[in-house]
Amino acid sequence: MTEALAGFRICDFTGQLAGAGATKWLAAFGAEVIRIEDPVRQGRWDILRGGEPFADDRRGIDLGGAFNNHNTGKLGITLNVKTEKGKEILAELVKCSDAVTENFAKGVLDRWGFGYEQLKALKPDIIYVSNCGFGHEGPYSDFKTWGPIVQAVSGLTFSSGQPDLPPAGWGFSYMDHTGGYYMAMAILAALLHKQRTGEGQWIDMACTEPAVALNGPAILDWTVNGRPMRREGQPNSNRSQFIAMAPHGIYPCSGEDQWIAIACRNDDDWSAIAATIEQPWVEQFALLEQRINDQDNLDEQVAAWTAKHDKFELQQLLRDARVPVSVVQTPEERIDLDPTTNNFGLWPSVTHTAIGNVRVDGYPVHMSKTDWSIKNGGPCLGEHTEDVLTRILGMSTEQVQTLRDEQVI
Amino acid sequence: MSLLEGVRIIELASERISFAGKLLADLGADLILIEPPEGDPSRGYPPYLDDQPGANRSLYFWHYNTSKRGVTLALDREPDRFKQLMRTADILIESEPIQRLASLKLDFHDLQAIKPDLIHVAVTPYGRNEQLSDYPATDLTLMAAGGPPWSCGYDDHSLPPSRGWGNQAYHTASHFAVMSILTALLHRGTTGEGQFIDVSITAALNVTTEAASYSWLVAGSTVQRQTGRHATPGSSGETQMQCADGKWVNTGVPPRVPREFGKLLNWLAKLELVDQLPEAVFLEMGAAWEGPFDLSLIGTDDTVTAIFGSGREALRLIAANTSAYEFFTGCQSNGLAVGIINSPEEAFEDPHFKARGFHATVEHEDFDMTVTYPGAPYNLPKAPWRISRRAPHLGEHNDEVFHSLES
Repeated sequence: MTEALAGFRICDFTGQLAGAGATKWLAAFGAEVIRIEDPVRQGRWDILRGGEPFADDRRGIDLGGAFNNHNTGKLGITLNVKTEKGKEILAELVKCSDAVTENFAKGVLDRWGFGYEQLKALKPDIIYVSNCGFGHEGPYSDFKTWGPIVQAVSGLTFSSGQPDLPPAGWGFSYMDHTGGYYMAMAILAALLHKQRTGEGQWIDMACTEPAVALNGPAILDWTVNGRPMRREGQPNSNRSQFIAMAPHGIYPCSGEDQWIAIACRNDDDWSAIAATIEQPWVEQFALLEQRINDQDNLDEQVAAWTAKHDKFELQQLLRDARVPVSVVQTPEERIDLDPTTNNFGLWPSVTHTAIGNVRVDGYPVHMSKTDWSIKNGGPCLGEHTEDVLTRILGMSTEQVQTLRDEQVI
Repeated sequence: MSLLEGVRIIELASERISFAGKLLADLGADLILIEPPEGDPSRGYPPYLDDQPGANRSLYFWHYNTSKRGVTLALDREPDRFKQLMRTADILIESEPIQRLASLKLDFHDLQAIKPDLIHVAVTPYGRNEQLSDYPATDLTLMAAGGPPWSCGYDDHSLPPSRGWGNQAYHTASHFAVMSILTALLHRGTTGEGQFIDVSITAALNVTTEAASYSWLVAGSTVQRQTGRHATPGSSGETQMQCADGKWVNTGVPPRVPREFGKLLNWLAKLELVDQLPEAVFLEMGAAWEGPFDLSLIGTDDTVTAIFGSGREALRLIAANTSAYEFFTGCQSNGLAVGIINSPEEAFEDPHFKARGFHATVEHEDFDMTVTYPGAPYNLPKAPWRISRRAPHLGEHNDEVFHSLES
């Protein structure tokens, strides 16, 4: 398979998920992503490097399961950019790269002497993409964030939950994933602009901005109609947000912590659901208006009914009746038991030098000419230092050894 | 010059992909939205301008269709006109039933014959090869199938898992559609080749669940949902606090280095709250601590445990005496990564985003008004992001688009 991004080289300082997730995509499509880590701190700026989950009883800086998941297909080198020789080597790498990428707090690259102006002086058409929570400009540019903070400030935490309870929010860093997607788009867009015009540029991405835009219609309801989401009875996010649909929710099934999502779009859907329920109370809810006006009561009745059923049996019944339905799938159910994810090849196995064979997140797309490929695990600390310094920068193995002795790498 | 100037995209209207179209149209693509003669159903979705339903009054449709032109065309009755249009197109985005375009002889291979470098993106619930893609589904049911709700909700598991609002299933699929299109455009720029791209909405959600997936893949462990914080295989401490004004904050990672304990103590003093904190002495010990803390001692070593407990109690006391906004900016000014839990409109009105130019204004000359929209998700200084026009009326550009095909 041809690689769409073959020939592009990324000088990559990203980490965690919000940054590493972006350059993982580039590597999967054939870009040469060179991940640069600090040998003094053993790359620990990326807290995932040696962190959970672990594949076995071994622990260590090369054995973090999340780090491996987010860094497949990348090369990893160590370089102490606080030393003069380290700076020289970084400058050489920048000169032969298309883009420099990072998701540090504001100002880190400037302090090293590699801010955008210096990068541009080294390579006039360089692309620089920075991704931090509030961006490098604006009143909060010195504030620190991580995924849950981005979600909180942007409105996304608020818009998940039930009335009169604390926000339920997102039980994972939705905006680290999604911030990584936007960062990947930003890098690809800048590469495309360079392909078309020869120009580089700096993109100062603030992860909170795409996050705010993910509640677009609600924001227009505010700017146009003056209606806030912070009001009595809101949010109630398992219900339909805008379109009148009822019942519309996540209901309990038999067994412990088993759930099913049902969305009744119209009276025809309700007829089909009612025919499945086969109880007299359904009659009072024949019309949408009745279901909406008495939705709390309706939800209680529906929940009492679903609770008597096995979730997969109920899913089959309602699916056959052509009603939108899905079990709230557990990780095991969607990863190991759902044929659709496996048919799609969504969980490729990679070979990680230290961990061994392990499955990772693949990509939810297939491209007919230039599909993605994920074969190699994330790099061990400094795994490709010698390769990169000799193959790309033309150093001799003796020179590399000297740099190692001098603790530059 | 805008990024996608000169790139023509044809979008077959569907709520599942309208966001992908918007993201590309706002980057300057010439995006033509094809609707059936009766219009896309999302034209009828609330909320409405002044809460009055009616033609062109859906704010939902407004948001998702900025920078697009609109034409009406019945694919089954006017296949030749569609082909004429496709001859001028670079990209097709659609979310049709998996066999529909093939049955009309308008699928990728048919279109490639008339436009050899076409990029065709199909976004469906489970991909083009699964019959399940043609079953009815909504944002809620796709989210449930794809995994996010399993991780979201409350400590009390008698309460259901939570599906966050905002059409995030469609958004997540749209993000992957856009990443794929930009990647395919780079490939086309190098080789001149187009291609077909199959995007699965549920697969997109499956790989957007962070630890839920990789804890299972790597260690066979299952995360459990917790109130307002990460789902984890074990349980972790609460991270949300309610402030004096009733709003909530996410306290993030509590103080864990001596400098942070010192700053917290200073802030308490400024607020004249030190006397109200019985644990203040431990805060002082934390501030005066030599070297880093051994975090593994929390829970076993009494002193270290008390110091870390005092950090939490100090935050709780401050929260009880300040507004959420003061708590947020105060903590951040003292180096603590804390977030105010804004509602979407509060986020939008926040001074930071205004100062960064995030508010975009769009002329709605049809209603004689100027409307403020969310702005660029990321901006390219050399190829600025811009909403070039309001969402189209039904068939608004039939004449100009179809006329240009005939000339």
